[in-house]
Amino acid sequence: MSDTHAQTVRFVRDSMLPQAAPPAGQAGAVRWLRENLFSGWLNTILTVLGLIAVFFLLRGLVPWFAHSVWNANTLTECREIIAQIWGPDARGACFAVVRDRWQQWLFGFYPAHLYWRPVLALVLLFVALAPVLVPGMSRRLMAVSAIYPFLGFWLLWGGSMWLPVVALLGFVIGWVVWRALRGVSPLLAIIAAVIVPVLWWLLAAAPVDRALSSAIPLGIDAVRSDRFGGFVLSLTIGVAAISLSLPLGIALALGRRSDMFLIKTMSVCFIEFIRGVPLITLLFTASLLLNYFLPPGTSFDIILRVIIMVTLFAAAYIAEVIRGGLAALPRGQYEAADALGLNYFQAQRLIVLPQALKISIPGIVSTFIGLFKDTTLVIFVGLLDPLKGITDAVRASMEWKGIYWEPYIFVGTIFFIFCFGMSRYSMYLERRLKRDNR
Amino acid sequence: MQTAERAVDTRHMQISEEIAIQIRGMNKWFGQFHVLRDIDLTVHRGERIVICGPSGSGKSTLIRCINRLEEHQSGQIIVDGTELTSDLKNIDKVRSEVGMVFQHFNLFPHLTILENCTLAPIWVRKVPKAEAEETAMHFLRKVKIPDQAHKYPGQLSGGQQQRVAIARSLCMKPRIMLFDEPTSALDPEMIKEVLDTMISLAEDGMTMICVTHEMGFAQAVANRVVFMDQGQVVEQNTPREFFNNPQSERSRMFLSQILGH
Repeated sequence: MSDTHAQTVRFVRDSMLPQAAPPAGQAGAVRWLRENLFSGWLNTILTVLGLIAVFFLLRGLVPWFAHSVWNANTLTECREIIAQIWGPDARGACFAVVRDRWQQWLFGFYPAHLYWRPVLALVLLFVALAPVLVPGMSRRLMAVSAIYPFLGFWLLWGGSMWLPVVALLGFVIGWVVWRALRGVSPLLAIIAAVIVPVLWWLLAAAPVDRALSSAIPLGIDAVRSDRFGGFVLSLTIGVAAISLSLPLGIALALGRRSDMFLIKTMSVCFIEFIRGVPLITLLFTASLLLNYFLPPGTSFDIILRVIIMVTLFAAAYIAEVIRGGLAALPRGQYEAADALGLNYFQAQRLIVLPQALKISIPGIVSTFIGLFKDTTLVIFVGLLDPLKGITDAVRASMEWKGIYWEPYIFVGTIFFIFCFGMSRYSMYLERRLKRDNR
Repeated sequence: MQTAERAVDTRHMQISEEIAIQIRGMNKWFGQFHVLRDIDLTVHRGERIVICGPSGSGKSTLIRCINRLEEHQSGQIIVDGTELTSDLKNIDKVRSEVGMVFQHFNLFPHLTILENCTLAPIWVRKVPKAEAEETAMHFLRKVKIPDQAHKYPGQLSGGQQQRVAIARSLCMKPRIMLFDEPTSALDPEMIKEVLDTMISLAEDGMTMICVTHEMGFAQAVANRVVFMDQGQVVEQNTPREFFNNPQSERSRMFLSQILGH
């Protein structure tokens, strides 16, 4: 065709070409190797160096894992077994410590005969999450999700059945007040629906709880917060803070973009203050300072205080992640919603947030993963986190004095399973919500 | 330029004496920039007005003021007897009576075509879902894409998306429709299908204000052309008079620019 010219040669195609396969040698493993590993001398050297590094790493790790001992009562016994089987110079992992003390890493100092309660709480957590996370689940399961916070709290801490019921009643009262006043004035209804439950919790809840508990004493053994530890503690703080920080983060992100000066300023101050301060500072505030500010005599559970602080911390980060998603939405989406007559809340809920949150999923899940791992920082306020708190307790015992890597590998693996699970779920969610072929 | 090829049926295109939109002495600034200067415009019910003019002349801003996507700083805009002020109730009332079609369609990409059309009726008009879906299907048939109802906007061509956007507005049963350069973002092959939809809307007697460069459309359906330049109305006339015998120098220059080739 090189010697044809549009000006001089008429050309009319009389048949369309069918699709053809690429030529041989342009696909397959050999081509991939040549392109990705050996495309030039520099690339080849790097590949060889990489392989050597992997080799030395595996040469150290593989025997250590292969020589692991799972049945022993002390570290000394462990080492003897390794020396006996693999020779005096051999080194091996002593995972017997995990076998011996796994309950402690999972449950801390939770009473052993009550282990079923945190386990049941975890199982119910998945039941409660199912309708939220998986599409097409029965709507009726949402009832489980709604009462789960109270049920989970009661299972973990135990005590009188009436405390969570009375707390739940606060929300019911709020809802009733909102329904009753909605017709009069929407704004008044919202304000009353916030104030009345708060008054209920502050003033009425405690006497009502006492009265009900003495009238109908129904309850299970109470477990004090200082018995919590290990993954029960991490998961309690992590799950509570994750589920509370998302709505708070959304509210802060919308507040920061609001036209209302006061709301905007308050959101900006909150976000910038919290992000400008290390989490440990907030945790110290939770454990020490908060008691000075609260009225004397109020004892505020330390785990609850930590949950509040971790929630505020994560919410500030989530707010910024979501703000990014909001900013990524084209202006036309807001205009179309306005032009159709949707009000602010309808537009946010139906048009803006579904799209902004979808864009923000990777950032939100990153924040959640970070939050979950940060729960180990509670060691600084004297709570027994699985990574250092429990591991130190185990290593302080006579039997396992001197053990080092194995506990961290065990705890790290469990953290990895949870975090990797969250990461995969977020990728699944992104794929599921993909709507356009852009 | 695409010309409407079929003959336009004018049976229902009656203009009543009733006033749909009344704009008096309206001014608007973007910061220090005076975008709209002393605009006076009266639109009767059933009228079809085409607003044209060079880019930056304020024509889009003008129609965006009619449903308060832009705020005017002085003068009066009265839509269907409701004056637009900062009163949110009035703004919502006007917006639910006035449909708008945008240059870039602005469909909601996370909702299906059907959901795009039923969203506002269900949430703003509180229409039951089944009834809203029936209405939506009626208008989707009218714009000739009922079979796409369960797809997402991203799967449709530009012309189809714009027709969905028109159907979405119609589902609110508006009394007035605003079109903000509805064909400017479309491939030439798709302009005609959108214009045909707009023509059939005009035949049903809808009050329409269109900002457009489609002069063929203006000649076929408009009963008035408003020519704007530098934020002012320079000339208003019937399409025939405007195109054949423009009065102002500025209009003549504009017409020679766009009709010249």
